[in-house]
Amino acid sequence: MENENYDGPILEIDKLSISFFTRLREIPAVMDFSAKIMPGEALGVVGESGCGKSTVALGVMQDLGVNGRIVGGSIKFKGEEMNTMTPERLRDIRGSQIAMIYQEPMASLNPAMRIGKQLAEVPMIHEGISEEEAMARALEVVTDVKLPDPQRMLKSFPHQLSGGQQQRIVIAMALMSKPSLLILDEPTTALDVTVEAAVVELVKDLGKKYGTSMLFISHNLGLVLETCDRICVMYSGEAVERGSIEDVFDEMQHPYTQALFRSIPLPGADKNARPLIAIPGNFPLPHERPDGCNFGPRCDYFEAGRCDSQVIPMEKVSGNDRHESRCLRFKEIDWDAPPEVGETKEKAPPGQVVLKMDNLKKYYEVAANALFGGGDKKVVKANETLSFEARESETLAIVGESGCGKSTFAKVLMGLETATEGEILLDNKSIGNTAIEERDTKTVADVQMVFQNPFDTLNPSMTVGRQIMRALEIFKVGNNDAERRQRMLELLDLVKLPRAFADRMPRQLSGGQKQRVGIARAFAGDARIVVADEPVSALDVSVQAAVTDLLMEIQREHKTTLLFISHDLSIVRYLSDRVMVMYLGHVVELGSTDQVFAPPYHPYTEALLSAVPIADTSVKKKHIVLEGDIPSAMNPPTGCPFQTRCRWKEKVPGGLCEKDVPVTRALADGHQIKCHLTDEQLAEMEPVIEIAAE
Amino acid sequence: MGLFILRRLGVMILTALCLTFIVFWLTNLYPNLEKLAKTQGNFRMSDEAVTSYLTNRGYTQALPVKYGQWLGVLPGYEIEGSDGEVRRRCEDGKTFCGILQGDWGFSTVFKDDVSKIVGTRLGLTGKLMFWVMVVMVPGALIIGVLAGMREGSGTDRSLSTVSIVSTATPEYVSGVILIAAFATKAFIDWESIPFKGTATSAADNVTFENFFLPTITIALYGMGYIARMTRASMTEVMTAQYIRTARLKGVSFPKIVLRHALRNALIAPFTVIMLQFPWLLNGVVIVETLFNYKGFGWTLVQAAGNNDIELLLGVSIVSVFVVLVTQLISDIGYVFLNPRIRIS
Amino acid sequence: MEPLTWTGSLGAILNPLFSISVVLLACSVVIQIVLSFFAPAMTLQSNPDGTLVKRGGALGLFEQTTKLFFFAALATVVLYILGGVIMPYGSAGIIGAMSKQFAPVWIALFLTFLASIMFKRRLGLYGKLFDSIIGMIGFGLVMFWVFTAVFAGLFDLIATHDPLTQISGLKNKLPGVALPEGSEEMNPHYLLGGDNLARDIFSRMVYGSTIVIAIAPMATVFAFMVGITLGLPAGFYGGRLDTLLSFLANLILAFPVILLFYLLVTPEIVETGIPSYMAAFLFVFPIVFFGVLLNSRFYTQPSKRNPMLILVLGGLSWLYLSMISQAGTKLNFLPPAVDLFDIAPGILVVFVSVVFVNSPTVFRIVRGLALDLRTRDYVAAAQTRGEGAWYIMLWEILPNARGPLIVDFCLRIGYTTILLGTLGFFGLGLPPESPDWGSTINEGRKLLLIFVHPPLPPAIALLSLVLGLNLLADGLREESLKD
Repeated sequence: MENENYDGPILEIDKLSISFFTRLREIPAVMDFSAKIMPGEALGVVGESGCGKSTVALGVMQDLGVNGRIVGGSIKFKGEEMNTMTPERLRDIRGSQIAMIYQEPMASLNPAMRIGKQLAEVPMIHEGISEEEAMARALEVVTDVKLPDPQRMLKSFPHQLSGGQQQRIVIAMALMSKPSLLILDEPTTALDVTVEAAVVELVKDLGKKYGTSMLFISHNLGLVLETCDRICVMYSGEAVERGSIEDVFDEMQHPYTQALFRSIPLPGADKNARPLIAIPGNFPLPHERPDGCNFGPRCDYFEAGRCDSQVIPMEKVSGNDRHESRCLRFKEIDWDAPPEVGETKEKAPPGQVVLKMDNLKKYYEVAANALFGGGDKKVVKANETLSFEARESETLAIVGESGCGKSTFAKVLMGLETATEGEILLDNKSIGNTAIEERDTKTVADVQMVFQNPFDTLNPSMTVGRQIMRALEIFKVGNNDAERRQRMLELLDLVKLPRAFADRMPRQLSGGQKQRVGIARAFAGDARIVVADEPVSALDVSVQAAVTDLLMEIQREHKTTLLFISHDLSIVRYLSDRVMVMYLGHVVELGSTDQVFAPPYHPYTEALLSAVPIADTSVKKKHIVLEGDIPSAMNPPTGCPFQTRCRWKEKVPGGLCEKDVPVTRALADGHQIKCHLTDEQLAEMEPVIEIAAE
Repeated sequence: MGLFILRRLGVMILTALCLTFIVFWLTNLYPNLEKLAKTQGNFRMSDEAVTSYLTNRGYTQALPVKYGQWLGVLPGYEIEGSDGEVRRRCEDGKTFCGILQGDWGFSTVFKDDVSKIVGTRLGLTGKLMFWVMVVMVPGALIIGVLAGMREGSGTDRSLSTVSIVSTATPEYVSGVILIAAFATKAFIDWESIPFKGTATSAADNVTFENFFLPTITIALYGMGYIARMTRASMTEVMTAQYIRTARLKGVSFPKIVLRHALRNALIAPFTVIMLQFPWLLNGVVIVETLFNYKGFGWTLVQAAGNNDIELLLGVSIVSVFVVLVTQLISDIGYVFLNPRIRIS
Repeated sequence: MEPLTWTGSLGAILNPLFSISVVLLACSVVIQIVLSFFAPAMTLQSNPDGTLVKRGGALGLFEQTTKLFFFAALATVVLYILGGVIMPYGSAGIIGAMSKQFAPVWIALFLTFLASIMFKRRLGLYGKLFDSIIGMIGFGLVMFWVFTAVFAGLFDLIATHDPLTQISGLKNKLPGVALPEGSEEMNPHYLLGGDNLARDIFSRMVYGSTIVIAIAPMATVFAFMVGITLGLPAGFYGGRLDTLLSFLANLILAFPVILLFYLLVTPEIVETGIPSYMAAFLFVFPIVFFGVLLNSRFYTQPSKRNPMLILVLGGLSWLYLSMISQAGTKLNFLPPAVDLFDIAPGILVVFVSVVFVNSPTVFRIVRGLALDLRTRDYVAAAQTRGEGAWYIMLWEILPNARGPLIVDFCLRIGYTTILLGTLGFFGLGLPPESPDWGSTINEGRKLLLIFVHPPLPPAIALLSLVLGLNLLADGLREESLKD
């Protein structure tokens, strides 16, 4: 029944429209979407959250839930129309011909079923083979996805594996029946950067090995560049531009694509020559889309009466292969014109030392077995001898992956926890052992924090204005409610929110706006030190730039010391003066931004730099893939914390790395590193990122 | 794991001690004792006579001492009464005689050993509980799984409504309605009435006719609750990512339900079923009273209603232990059912 | 007077209609359930030419018919009621006569629904309730009994007779029985018959609602005050405090409820004063709750806080003292001049024990919610600006736990109603002649095999109120989960 010799497109989507139906209205999620995937080709679909990219994937799978409906267009898989398939035929195709990989590996695996059984199920259903045969196949595929000890893996339950391993199992499951199309929906978003790099590498290799076509859905342009042949950019339910990777990245023909690229920090350019340009305005809600071009209201090239008066079709860009753009004016726009750069404000030079960490240690005691209690107590060393200083109006970035101890450090600094050892000096006054309740108002107001998750940072049942005013009350700003209200409105001005927002509830605000309120609240008591814990990582790319700029601007005006916690090296490089790299509670490298981002690196910094996907075709990156996962902080390796994954370990004689924790040593003025490698070996290191000459 | 069970066991014993002490204290309050003296002696006793009656029988000792004796960790009293007679708590020369030694006291109402009464009555109630479980658990699980399988569908709405109605019907309401409908000719003009409105005869001989109504009355109330828990857990599981994974692997719907969803969905209801025991105990008391089935619950009412202190204490300690043991089983069972916890 | 039949002349048309629609509804539901396991999921799909095809099949058909028959049955019920109100007394039978008696309730219900549906978009969660049929039915049932209680208890409407008056010759008489000639009662029938003391069952059922509606919600409010005041710190702080409080809560929960009632609600125990002391302990929690609530919020502005606290705490304390100081109990210290009110000792004991039994469950729920919510960033934000623990618990955590708490509140009123019934069923606490539903069922069950009609009306009344509360809770939960 299957046409083995089929050589047309694997997947052909034509003018697909998908809507969700609620009680009140029909919400179009995808409109007029077309795409074609040839055998062996990988198509990347990028866009911000809510643009409909995942809906496309589910539409292809014909799995839109109760409220979702395909309202127009066709989806052809190997020439066969999927919209009219019987459920039985659909079930045949799912899993055997088309497989899907999702964002949350832990959630995609059945927690009560052994992995082997879950894998073997696929060929047993589709090919009707015996259980032994299926298990043998499972073993083979698990070996293929480079998991250690495949036999044992098959017998484990999902929760016994780490996140990276789980995602490999999900990939293995997708490949069990050698599908011709693999749909990946943000497959690495939940993973750490170094783990992500390894998984992406694996997907690329296996795609080649099995000859599978891929539909890769991501919000990360860099990842798409690394994995795909072609790209489709989506905005608010529509594809706005599609073409080959090179065409779209280098000769973009749609204002949104251009704006998107201008709003993400690229390693090639520094903040003065190529500042980030945020896309103005907000992503339109599905039921509030404008007439005509959806991007119109936020577009620099908008022409009233033309862009907002007609349905805009996809149009071919002449000269390029299958390159199309949904813009009326793309032929008129001068795509090479440099962006208009606003006046660049010079930042005040760093002033005197405000904050000093001296050998700060934070250990936790936890019961070895959380559920059953009792037993041995284990000590988790969340922070190990942290020493550094931060100056006035300086930005110090703290970089590291999960479990590196950056959040614990923030907690100790804020006074939510007290230090186990060592000191935190604020203006030469020790606060490390003073819990927040015992700090005076001034100290509390001086050290404030901006939180990561915008949906969690504001109390959902209090108006925005009330929340800021409460902070003012606590910091004893203003003598009465009227004065505080005035100050609150000024704070809203400071973070560039309309004053009318004071009476809104948080749920009426978008993610970026909530984050702005969070910033306003942090500055309510004129904070001098602000800890920003991944303040933009949960925001969409276009909003990230705006919030980052806002933070920097306020910093310039208030001479704030900003401690910027992040795992995103691109943004760190863009905005920070100095960088501190942490791994499993240790500071492995500390120096000015230029020092850290250029060799000699700490081996971990090197790997981290290599792992970050970069959305720039002119950048050549050295390929370093770390083995395995980040060890648990409960059970750290002996000696150097990084030794289990370090590619330089062999160069150090005598197994020193496994025995001793290296001492911190200074390489250059203000540049320190925690590594056993000799100066000569460090000097041999090559830069990870090279920008090809243009 | 062993340590976990040991700790739970420790907490359980502590709870049992606290609870029995509270019951002991409440039943041994002076007004209760006074009533006891008057029912045992005569109703026109003077206050002094009551006091001497109680003192002679060791009731006026300090509460902890009495409790210790009752428990069997303190030696039983030996009092030479004001009337010159020497009374001992323990017979045949034993020093300790309390719950721990198997001496549960003597029931003033039934004129028999408490341990014997509790034993036989518990057996009768066990019979009832067994049939309740047989009806309730599979019924509830099937309703819950069917309803939760497709959230928001018509099936879900109908079955959910049924289970809401059944949780909203306490046993004394459903019992009355069921008796009216099936054990009398009030609503349906039966040729011969299909069920009996009393279950007294079931103590000797269980038949469908005399045991169906009490069983179904208890089962109905618990059934709705368990079914709703199962439904909630099932809907949660059915929206989980891994069910979508299974669906997109090409697994058919009945197989998804049976192989992927069921086991995960049954973890939560298992705990609930076990924790239902204290509630079932309520149901048992009501139903045994309503149907005049002389089991454990009926005994409880008799003991409490007639100020039969020793029997009430015996009944309390058994019911408290039943509750605690089921809690323990539920904790341990949860750990066993849930591989996520078992291995970590 | 002639005795009344059940449906009078209305029955000829409506009875067959009603039974047909109910039977069809049941059949359609059963078929649908059987089908749902095997039939494929229903989806709507488009053809390439743009038309929509419904893939409902047989399952979809039965979903439709179920809905249809349900509304048919509902419509017949409404016709019974309307017919009864409009037609002259007696011609629509017992049901008609009852629905005439309930006329003020129907009007009040109609107005409430009309107003609520008109403004439902502006009423938040309450308004959303009117989007769900289940929620509306539940709300309707609950409000039916609330209005009945209000009209009967405050205005003496609705009931046909005095709940305690006995009319000789009507002992255990069947529903619709006519009063003997010459009696001066305003209503010529015992609509639902007479009980074994020859009292009017219908009126007793109506007056029974006032007792339940007065006690159950109040007791639940107190249980919530206790549960919240203890549950928040247990969940928020964790550690030893949590261990201790959870142990105590589990202790109470491990008690079989009936045993607890038998131990607490006996005249001997009342004599010792234990219920009064428990009342003194349990009723103090609202004062603590409101005191801490206001203080934590306004301590930064003493000029505002002090008068507010004095006013609120003063008022609450006075109420508290009047409540616990009862003539004839161990606690009776307030001079009668300042003692605002006295509660019958029976009711106080019942009230206290119901609060006592409910509090630990509320405690567990609140503790669980607090454990979950304390990890939120806005809690961390409050901590980093140096807020006090109680401010965080009461102003940051509690408002955001309100959804599940409101749902549980409704369920818990239902459960409290069941507990009150249980107490009545065992003849505990309330005086035997009290018309409350539990006691009436208890009275009636003794002769159940001979006379069916006396215990059924209170049983069905209790069932419908608890059912209403459960449906209401279900509707609220569904709606609060949406968007």
